[in-house]
Amino acid sequence: MDDSKIKIRAFLSRFFQAAAVAENDDIFALGFINSLFALQLVAWVEKEFEIQIEDEDLEIENFNTIEAIANLVARKNGRAQGA
Amino acid sequence: MEFGLTQEHQNVIAGVRRFASTELAHEAERADREERFSPETLRRMAQQGCLGSILPREWGGKGIDFITYGLLHEEIGRVCSSARSIVTVHDMVALAILKWGSERQRKRLLPQLAVGEIMGAFALSEPRVGSDAKSVEMTAERSNGAYILNGTKKWITSGQIADIFLVLACCQDKPTAFLVERDRPGVSVEPISRLLGMRASMVAQVDFRQCEIPSENLLGREGFGFISVALTALGLGRYSVAWGCVGIAQSCLDACVQYTSQRRQFGSFLKEHQLIQAMIAEMATNLKAARLLCYQVGRLKDEGDPREITETFVAKYFASRTAMRAAGDAVQIHGANGCASEYPVQRYLRDAKVMEIIEGSHQLSQLVIAKSAFQEYEQSRETAGATSSAEASLTDSDRKPEGCG
Repeated sequence: MDDSKIKIRAFLSRFFQAAAVAENDDIFALGFINSLFALQLVAWVEKEFEIQIEDEDLEIENFNTIEAIANLVARKNGRAQGA
Repeated sequence: MEFGLTQEHQNVIAGVRRFASTELAHEAERADREERFSPETLRRMAQQGCLGSILPREWGGKGIDFITYGLLHEEIGRVCSSARSIVTVHDMVALAILKWGSERQRKRLLPQLAVGEIMGAFALSEPRVGSDAKSVEMTAERSNGAYILNGTKKWITSGQIADIFLVLACCQDKPTAFLVERDRPGVSVEPISRLLGMRASMVAQVDFRQCEIPSENLLGREGFGFISVALTALGLGRYSVAWGCVGIAQSCLDACVQYTSQRRQFGSFLKEHQLIQAMIAEMATNLKAARLLCYQVGRLKDEGDPREITETFVAKYFASRTAMRAAGDAVQIHGANGCASEYPVQRYLRDAKVMEIIEGSHQLSQLVIAKSAFQEYEQSRETAGATSSAEASLTDSDRKPEGCG
């Protein structure tokens, strides 16, 4: 999980000063996100963690904090391993 | 440059190239003049595997990679931009359903889209909404397990012939995507004619009046119509347009090389005049650069690299500029002949202008590219700073006497 968070923060740092963002800070509420970035974020999560983001995963709550993204990745990976 | 196409994919490209150079080339001028793409040619394109080629084999597609897809669209776009744009919007719908559709939607629609049994159209633009696509005014209201659509979509490529529309509407104040069959009550289609270019792309205005669709026609989730569905589709569209521009530029170069090798002025062939050579050199150089940018995007897309999103803007921006400039010079080189319908370069020029506007205008592309450039600059500064700090601490430790740590 911590490894995921480091990777997520590193990715976010390509777009804004993510070092100052806490794990639970809402990156949408902070105004960092635009639609194109959101699509890049989804594409990156799929590639980096080798998971498929499905329609039902598309909830703001799954992508609005570093912790939420890490949780989503952990859930998807757990589901894939359990399948 | 080698991009590792499989023999099978090379065969697909070769087949489409043959088809484009013969049947489609024969159709292109007539289609432009009559502002109508023939159903028979469309059927032949489907037989050649031009439609839904990006879909996996399990859904009836060819399962081709993005580089092969791009090369196909260059071949089609080299001959007929209208044909390419019809294929593009069809594939945009298919890809959006593949990526964000329910299992039921996939099973119902993808096999038919893959073989062109049904045609798709992407209905985003409205009379008052263009580049600001998130601000669509069309509404979708929930009503007893259904949605009621009201609004007008304009400039819809393939609108005249599409069987199913991917529509973006405002639902609960959020952009949401829906699939709407053409034969639904409340759907009406009005052809749009006398456009500057891509005249045979069957553009239409589509009106939705109290159009009721079942809730299962929702594509993706409410509120995610733009971020997920529309941007996925537009990304593919932009990529196709970039390759289509490479096709136009290639056609301009081919036409100019041929024309200047046959026509004589001032006692020598045009190709021997240095000012003509300057235009040819510019055309050839920009064409190669545009093609390489498209290849790069294709590779990024095939690798699932998120940088493909901004790099597609770069490729589309450069390729459409290249096509426009090449077509302008091609008309110039052809002189009065270039202004006549007997020569295709005037069509290339009209089509190239449209390419500078669709799937992200020049100005929209510039905003995205500039923002990306600033981000890369900031990132490189941070990386350099981190490297300097690491080097500094290394230097400090090196200064320590051996054995004192």
